[in-house]
Amino acid sequence: MISPYDLLIAPFAEFVFMRRALVGGLALALGAAPLGVFLVLRRMSLVGDALSHAILPGAALGFLLAGLSIWWMSLGGLVAGLLVAGLSGLMARTTTLKEDASFAGFYVLALALGVMLVSRAGTPIDLIRALFGSALAVDDAALWLMAAVASLTLLGLAALYRALVVECLDPGFLKTHGGGLGTLAHLGFLGLLVLNLVAAFHALGTLMAIGLLVLPATAARFWAETVWTQMLVAAAIALTATVVGLLLSFHLDLPSGPAIVLSAGALYLLSVAVGARDSLYRRHVQSPHLRA
Amino acid sequence: MSKARICALSLAALLLAAIPARAEIVAVASFSILADLTRVVGGEAVRVEVLVGPETDAHGFQPGPAEARKLAQARVVIVNGLGFDPWVERLVKASGAKPRVIVASAGIAPRQGGHHGADPHAWQDPALAARYVATIAEGLAALDPAGAAGHRARAEDYAKRLESLAAEYRAAIAAIPSERRRIVTSHDAFGYLGQAFGLRVLALKGLSSESEPSAQAMARLIRAVRAEGVRVVLVESPAETRLAERLARETGARLGPRLYADTLSRPDGPAPDFLAMLRHNLSVMVAAMNAVD
Repeated sequence: MISPYDLLIAPFAEFVFMRRALVGGLALALGAAPLGVFLVLRRMSLVGDALSHAILPGAALGFLLAGLSIWWMSLGGLVAGLLVAGLSGLMARTTTLKEDASFAGFYVLALALGVMLVSRAGTPIDLIRALFGSALAVDDAALWLMAAVASLTLLGLAALYRALVVECLDPGFLKTHGGGLGTLAHLGFLGLLVLNLVAAFHALGTLMAIGLLVLPATAARFWAETVWTQMLVAAAIALTATVVGLLLSFHLDLPSGPAIVLSAGALYLLSVAVGARDSLYRRHVQSPHLRA
Repeated sequence: MSKARICALSLAALLLAAIPARAEIVAVASFSILADLTRVVGGEAVRVEVLVGPETDAHGFQPGPAEARKLAQARVVIVNGLGFDPWVERLVKASGAKPRVIVASAGIAPRQGGHHGADPHAWQDPALAARYVATIAEGLAALDPAGAAGHRARAEDYAKRLESLAAEYRAAIAAIPSERRRIVTSHDAFGYLGQAFGLRVLALKGLSSESEPSAQAMARLIRAVRAEGVRVVLVESPAETRLAERLARETGARLGPRLYADTLSRPDGPAPDFLAMLRHNLSVMVAAMNAVD
């Protein structure tokens, strides 16, 4: 029989790489999960996914210029992400095209450009794989980056909180009364989103990066009502998913990135089923009178 | 000049132009190591093209139109088999050409790599590489009966050089105390080599360099490196090194010079051809096994 200590604590006590993965996960949970709440509220969950692909060509360009440097790849990804987000936003505001459609257009363009760059350069190491970070290989540079992004995200969210909430609830209000505040909040939000995606792909890889942004935030809606409590719950769920995912990867020999995202997915499904607010259990089992 | 004469002359010119093209056999090999072996066996009569060139990882390679174009010209295609380069046969079908396909690993009983299935890296064992060469020689001989004797003779000659390299391996490893006969590598590419010479191979990732490791695999390896007193962790070129760096940091070991597992180096590198690659790997491994601090 395995003791609770061996099950839960020993893996982190014995191995530095497990503690580093945990700290990286904590940083992501504090920054990305609360940001995800706004992403979901603004109905931009899929835009986040598109944006994570748009970062790829920038990271590829950074890699081609400077090799496997976390700073150059992050900078390249950041510039590409901001460019796609900015152009899509501009397109949505200046033409009749809706934002999701213009995002789809620009991200596919960026992705194709990225694949083209990588193939033409004949890179010596499989670039896509190099871009896929692993929670198990978080080095000092990646930790600093994730911690800095988490801090910046919390500060940014504190500064933009009111504007973002108002824009979610009544998009017209800031347009008529806010001066340029609505646009500023939107651009600031997209900037934070790109930063968090760049940070997350160092720990989870580009495909999984969106996982800790969206899943904890959607799960949190089944537990908390106000935006700030949803943010707290989302951060707690993201951290739990990181710990559970790492432990599953440790005890059951599973790849770490998918294990973390699948844990977040399991918590999401659990929340949908038995969460405190509007869950299936609440609506159909506990309050049968609602059926009538 | 009469029309008939013009016709006859141009026909003659066409025939003349066609002769050198027929004398040369275009062979396309799936990756750099097979290309080198085919070049050795084929000699002057065979022009060898390669799909996955030096310093490039063949696991998960993405072929493009340039590769399809090479295949369309090929009279013979050499693949490794054992699940290493399955995309080549799809590409051959797509290119519309009907070249002869030589599976270099034909007849070799594959090593089973845990729950990962058959291990494709058979060329790492010099004795099995000699069988690759013999298989390639037979394939070329069937295509080019006139040159058959030459292909077989070159293959036998090369097998002798492989045998003397295997003797070098045996002697070098015999000089190392048996408890130190182990190497730590990034992906599990040296299983056949380990089997042939009694080396224990500890690998961070599975048989494909593309697989993502689990925390358990990392932890197991860290414990093993500590318990065995391994001082040098070896990474294959061109694999990424972040995981291996973490492993080295956590155990106080260091990263050694790059091994070559699934690809040759560029001509100015340490492993420009297959024999040089085997020799380079041996010296890197021996230094790593002997390292005490």
